[in-house]
Amino acid sequence: MDSTYGQSVLKSLAWLKPAVFILLLLGAWQMEVFLHPQQLLPGPWKTTLGIVDLFPRGLIVRYIVASLFRVTWGFCLAVLVAVPLGLAVGWYRRVEMALNPILQILRPISPLAWIPIAILWFGVGDLAAIFLIFVGCFLPLLLTVINAVQSVPGVYINAGRNFGLGPVPLMRQVLLPAILPRLITGLRITLGIAWLVVVAAEMIAVNSGLGFLIVDARNAGNRYDLVVAGMVIIGVVGLLLDTWVRSLERSSLLRWSFEEKQ
Amino acid sequence: MSSSASARAAMAIHPTLPSLPIKLRTENVGMAFLREGKTLPVLEDINLEVGNGEFVCLLGPSGCGKSTLLSAMAGFLRPTSGAILIDGEIVRGADPRRIFVFQERGVFPWLTVEGNIGFGLRKLPSKERAERVNHYIQMVGLEGFGKSYPHELSGGMKQRVEVARALAVNPDVMFLDEPFGALDSITRLVMRSELLRIWQAERKTILFVTHDIDEAVQLADRVVVMSARPGRIQQVVSIDIPHPRDISSPRYLELRDGILGQIGLAHRL
Repeated sequence: MDSTYGQSVLKSLAWLKPAVFILLLLGAWQMEVFLHPQQLLPGPWKTTLGIVDLFPRGLIVRYIVASLFRVTWGFCLAVLVAVPLGLAVGWYRRVEMALNPILQILRPISPLAWIPIAILWFGVGDLAAIFLIFVGCFLPLLLTVINAVQSVPGVYINAGRNFGLGPVPLMRQVLLPAILPRLITGLRITLGIAWLVVVAAEMIAVNSGLGFLIVDARNAGNRYDLVVAGMVIIGVVGLLLDTWVRSLERSSLLRWSFEEKQ
Repeated sequence: MSSSASARAAMAIHPTLPSLPIKLRTENVGMAFLREGKTLPVLEDINLEVGNGEFVCLLGPSGCGKSTLLSAMAGFLRPTSGAILIDGEIVRGADPRRIFVFQERGVFPWLTVEGNIGFGLRKLPSKERAERVNHYIQMVGLEGFGKSYPHELSGGMKQRVEVARALAVNPDVMFLDEPFGALDSITRLVMRSELLRIWQAERKTILFVTHDIDEAVQLADRVVVMSARPGRIQQVVSIDIPHPRDISSPRYLELRDGILGQIGLAHRL
């Protein structure tokens, strides 16, 4: 046997381990549900049927698209505002000193606490959900960028200045690339927050999307199979989003930071 | 070339400026930092004149303020008192005509070798820019590494990238802050002779900070010996040995031992 073949077998075995573990968990879950038939909680089998049930009506695709649409808008708006603002605030220390107390007060407020205000300002609809996602993403992202800018080594900034860069070119050509690795990590965490917030927002502020699916399934006759099916779909989509941003982290653009850490 | 070098060497017997036009002048420069409410004097009464095209080493123990002096000359720091003049004008900030070379830490890790060397050439048309980048890649011996990233290079190669990046913008003055300090001793010797070769070809004014006496005597036209904190100029020694320097010649050893004695060290371990 040549060794590459042996290694590829090992690799597929490494993939096998979590799969077996998940199967065991599903088995235990099914068993518990079987032993307690009076429970409303569905087992994995009923959940699977629930997911299948959602497909023919096209509902599932519509709801996923609706949720992704809100996340995209809220997240992108937050990125567009927080990144330039963070660069500027991180760069001008006096602005940071002026702004910091407000940021620290706003930071511990859960984005969900903004739900009444979101509905007051934007009514029930997409805008309210997008606003909530924006609120949830903006501060963590802003703080990430500010911190990243402040930890850029002084030699890079001095070198940039030495070659005659003014503040704006310096931000574009030195600060932004220097913080990119930390920025991408921040974006990954923030996208995760956006995906958390959209579900909560959809439970209250709109009537479509995966969050709405869950509340609606419960309200419309305790369809807990659809509730759990919705949860599974939320998990899978979230995982796919995270995998996608992770692949950005490894792109050639960022190879240098990946190699430097080693 | 060699005759002008020896002529310059002959003129440089006195510890004063050789008869070159003055490029850089410091007038009673003092620096003090605030540390925990106390003023900490770092530099006092620095009076120095550097000629155009001259190679001057600032030599002193660590903590004597020589790097601070270099940063002030480059415009990164403001002197607390006195003034620094280049071409008769007071230095008020960093300027592309005077490039500071950090230890290899200064190369941008997100740019390739080409990107780094071309960093200061943004305003040139791309063809001309590529030509200059290539010229300096060759000058520092990095052919074939243009598309490499700094993390793929050794410390010595990164240092060459930084020197090339500085040379590419054709500055009048180069400030080098212990540029070879982090390199192994063999690479360091190679880099010294390459720096001398480049300096002889391009005739930049070079201010070079080091704590290595041999390095200073091997490279400089004049060595500015500084005392420990607060840093003052203790003595200025002219190195009147023509290049290439024989580092076992009696004159070399005499100058080196003179500086050793000046710093207060015996030359027997």
